[in-house]
Amino acid sequence: GPLSDRSLMEVRLGELPAWLATRDFSPQGLLGGVQKAWSSYYNKYINVKRGGPAGISMLLAGYCLLSYSWNYQHISKISFLASV
Amino acid sequence: VLHVTRPLHTTQQSLAPLPPLPEKGGEVRHGLIPEEFFQFLYPKTGVTGPYMLGTGLLLYLLSKEIYVVNHESIAAICILSVIIYGVKRFGSDVAAFADKLNEEKVAKASAVKNKAIKDLETAIEMEKKEQWRVEGRGYLFDAKRNNVAMVLETNYRERLLMVYNEVKKRLDYQVAMQNLKRQKEQDHMIQWVEKNVIQSITPQQQKESIAKCILDLKALSKSAQAAV
Repeated sequence: GPLSDRSLMEVRLGELPAWLATRDFSPQGLLGGVQKAWSSYYNKYINVKRGGPAGISMLLAGYCLLSYSWNYQHISKISFLASV
Repeated sequence: VLHVTRPLHTTQQSLAPLPPLPEKGGEVRHGLIPEEFFQFLYPKTGVTGPYMLGTGLLLYLLSKEIYVVNHESIAAICILSVIIYGVKRFGSDVAAFADKLNEEKVAKASAVKNKAIKDLETAIEMEKKEQWRVEGRGYLFDAKRNNVAMVLETNYRERLLMVYNEVKKRLDYQVAMQNLKRQKEQDHMIQWVEKNVIQSITPQQQKESIAKCILDLKALSKSAQAAV
């Protein structure tokens, strides 16, 4: 279909800037995007009859990575490494 | 009164009944990486592709010190091992317990639904029975009509009898009157005749008749004595 209707997974690498230009970056647009992403993740991995550890473990792993990336500056300082 | 300014229920989507929840979530390998990633790399690199990618990435992060090994890494390893042990050991039990809770909820709801269905079915049967009973209306009215006809007939006959009795009474009266009159006339006439006869008997005739009687008696007594 047309470029603006496709989701991120269906966009080819070369079309990425064009696709980003069509996205809606207003607060409502961003909020809507976040809500859509969360609801699709929720309905696929958590809102099922017999889920497993996969639903929350992926969320926790993402949280670990995010917090590591936020603290990277601090962790990689030589003074911090020496104090361990 | 509902003022409809837009058409209602025109779309296919409706809120009830809800579609049932999917049985299992999306496939995830090792609890962390969705299956789609492996499928995405399969055409180009086969089965071991993602694992090679993971190993290479890990070694790159470690060697370039993008992932720094410090006290927190040891803590992470201990925590992760405990978590993995717990999930592997108690996972199925917890899953069974949760399934049981779910089943109880569903059983309660479906019990309510079944009871409601049964009640409605009994209501339907009673309704059908009532409808069948209505067919007896005809018989009821026939019986009533019969009753009314009988009552009318009875009344008519009673009145007929009454008329007959009254007429008979009047006729009997007339007959009795006639009889009485004739009797009275008879009596009166007899009396009158007797009276006149007795009056007409003069004393002279009386003496002559008495003398004749005595002569007759004498003659008779003579013949009687002779017979004896």
